[in-house]
This record gives sequence, C-alpha cells and structure tokens, in this order.
Amino acid sequence: MRLGLVSADVLPSLSAVASAWWNLAIDPDLWRNAAASLYRGGAGLALAIVVGGALGIAMAWWRPVNALASPLVEMLYPMPKSALIPVTVLWLGFGDGSKILLIFLGCMLPVTLGAFNGARSCEQALVWSARSMGASRLNVLWDVVVPSALPELLNGIRTALALSFILLVSSELIVARAGLGYLIGFLGEGGVYDAMFAVVLMVAFLGFFADRVYMLAASRVLRWRD
Amino acid sequence: MARLIWRVAPWAVVLALAAAWEIFAASGAVTPFMLPRLSVVLERIRADGASGELWQNLAYTLYRSFAGFFIAGALGIPLGILIGRNRAVRWLFDPLISVGFPMPKIAFLPIVTLWLGFHDVSKITMVVLDASFPVVTAAIAGTMSVERELLWSARNCGARGAALLREVVLPAALPQIFTGLQVALPIALIVAIVAEMKMGGVGLGGAMITATRFADSPGVFAGIVEIAVAGYVLVKLMAVLRRRLLLWHPEALAPATV
Repeated sequence: MRLGLVSADVLPSLSAVASAWWNLAIDPDLWRNAAASLYRGGAGLALAIVVGGALGIAMAWWRPVNALASPLVEMLYPMPKSALIPVTVLWLGFGDGSKILLIFLGCMLPVTLGAFNGARSCEQALVWSARSMGASRLNVLWDVVVPSALPELLNGIRTALALSFILLVSSELIVARAGLGYLIGFLGEGGVYDAMFAVVLMVAFLGFFADRVYMLAASRVLRWRD
Repeated sequence: MARLIWRVAPWAVVLALAAAWEIFAASGAVTPFMLPRLSVVLERIRADGASGELWQNLAYTLYRSFAGFFIAGALGIPLGILIGRNRAVRWLFDPLISVGFPMPKIAFLPIVTLWLGFHDVSKITMVVLDASFPVVTAAIAGTMSVERELLWSARNCGARGAALLREVVLPAALPQIFTGLQVALPIALIVAIVAEMKMGGVGLGGAMITATRFADSPGVFAGIVEIAVAGYVLVKLMAVLRRRLLLWHPEALAPATV
C-alpha cells in the first residue's frame, strides 16, 4: 500500500484510515449518525422478532392460521426485500419511519419461518403428556411448544440480524439524511475516501460484532439443552 | 376433494389479497399516490411489457444476478471442498470466512464503485462478494460431514484422490451445497437490485429508483410486483432443480416443501 502501486485515493493506507476514523470519532456527528442507525435497526428488528415469532408459532399451533398465512409467507419469502425501499420512502418519507418499516418487513419472515419450523417439530408425545398431566392448551403452548421451538427460532433471528444490517445500510445509502449508510455515501460523494473507508470498516465490524454477541447470548439461552 | 381444497386454498388467499388491495385502494381511504389500484399497476406492467422496457430491465438485472451467482458458485464450491478436505487451507481461510460471513458486505458498495466504476463489473463484483459466502460455508459443512465409514470403505476399495472426491465426497456433500446455492440465489438478486438502485441505470432496481424520483407511484409498485414474481419463480425453479438433481437421495422421497 505504501509502495505506490495504487493511488492513495483508491486504497488509502491503513494508518490514514485509522487517523480518519479518529478524526470522525472526536466529532459528535459520527455518533449522532451511529445512534440513528442503531435506533432504526433495533426498533425494526425488535418489532420483527415479536410479530414474526408470534405469527410463526400461531401458524404451527392453529391450522386455520396456517392455511391463511402460509401462502402469503411462501409467496413473499423469496421476494428481495430491498425492492420495498422505494415504497417505504413513498409511504413514510426520508426519516426513521421508512427504515424501521423496511427492516420490520424484511426481517419478519425469517423469524416466522424459524418459529414455525421449530414449533412444528415439537414432539407430539411431549404435548400429549403435558396435556394428560392437566396443562391447559395455553400452558402447553408456553411451557412446551415455545421452548422446543427456541433453537430454530434463535437461528431465524440470527438470519434476521444479518438481514437487518444489509437493509439498514442499503436503505441509508440510497435515501436518507442521517445514519452510517448515509455518512458513507456522503463522504464518498465528497471524495473523502479515507474517511469513507473508515466508516465502511466500522459498519462491517459492527455487523460482525453484533453477530458474535448474539451467538454468545443465544448459547446462554440454550444452556438447558444437553 | 379435501386434497383439492388444500391445493386451491393458497391461490384463493393470494387472490383475496389482490382483491383487498384493489378495493382498499379504490375506496379512497388512501390517495392513489400512496397506493395505486392493482389494476392500474398491472396495466402499467402490461404497457412496459409491450414497449419492451420491462424485458430490457429484467434481462439486465437477471444477467447481473446470474453472472455473479455463477461466479460465486464456480469459486465457492471448489474452495469450500478444499477447505473442508485440507487442514492447511482451512487454517488459512477459516479466519477470513468467520469474519467475512457475518459482515454486511453491502457497506462495501461505494468502495467497489470507486474501484470498478459504475458499470456491470462493479455490480457483478458486489453480487459475487455477497453470494459466495453462503456457498463456501455450505460446501465446507457438506464436505466435513461426509460419513467417515463411506470414505474408509471407498479407500478400501482402492479409490484415491480425484476419484474419491468425484465419486464419494461430491455426491455426499451435494445436498448441503445445493442448500447453500438456494440461499445464495435470492441474495444475488437482492444485491443486484440494491446496486442498481444506488448506481442507477438500466435494470429493475434502476427503473424503480427513477420512478421514485419522479414520484411515479404506479411505476414503483409495478417494480415491486415484477421483482416479487421474478424472485418467486427463481426460488421455485431452484427447488425443482434440486428435486431433479437429488432424485437418488433419500430426501427426494419426503413431500415437497416451500
């Protein structure tokens, strides 16, 4: 990199990127954008987990819900959710709302499918024995079906977590006035390439870190298995 | 009779949703700008199809997705098998993959644009970057989970090197490799569309973002319907291909899912 093989604009040296990141980091602007991104990603993902998980378990538990919802899930699951970026902008404008809606819609189906497959694979013998021991249907749902769906559900949430980063960054790159994705696009268009590289690497490592922390937390939650 | 009902029910739900869209949009509860009527959107798609614009956009988007997808497969499958079979290669690539896999690669879009320009090369590179990780990880997992007894008995019968790889490892790993490809294909489509949205130009994503800029909401919704149909058809085709290719595998006996 230092050898002059490529121009400093095309690939800034690591030290230049690090010092550019430091210059950004002492400016509150970076943190304001990071907070905006974090809020959007967190809110969208939280909504997706709650609604998607509940829907998946309901689909496995009540056949009519399954009959109604599964064609829609099957039809919408392969749809590239980034296609919704322009619509969410049309509906909710350039701010937080459109990103939260996009992340919610995009992340819901992996969670739903995880919960559905997990709850469906719950051993019937467990349900019967719980019922025969006098548990009500709701009790069985909460104490038997939900825990046995948990491993697959957590796996679905991991997919959703990765997706939420992709949707967040791409929607902010394309249309936004704040957020880390916006900052990357803004710095790139301004030609401040070392700072752009710094923010890109920061986003990449945030994604990596979120995944690792999630895996740790998930293995904690599943400690009761084996 | 009951089977017929279960076969028809999914389409009935989809038709009901379409009817609900049409009625809700026509009721005046929302402006046509927020949600144009389905019939208007379908008419728009028909007009785009008649003028050839739709096919041109579709062809470009599919070309970019498939080019990236095939490169990702051609690089990812051999690399994954090599990593799964060879300890030294695994040591070399394992950190790269465990760091690279969970990263949001889309963030590198501006850098790739900076390096390779606005044209097809940079879009296809983005697709390769994103689509190859699922393929590699699936190929590694498939290769590593080949039953040892199979390998032992093949070696006993005198299979070595290339023959062992071709006759035993590859077929045994194929179901998992195919799962990786099935994950990678929609990713390829997503990334191609996002890249087109960011960089503009011809393609389904580019057409949608142009429609957004001109506040042309039937155009936006037409794009969504087109992309949804394209994605659905591609995923279904992959599932059909899987059943064809893995006809010899016990999983082919199981009833079809999604």
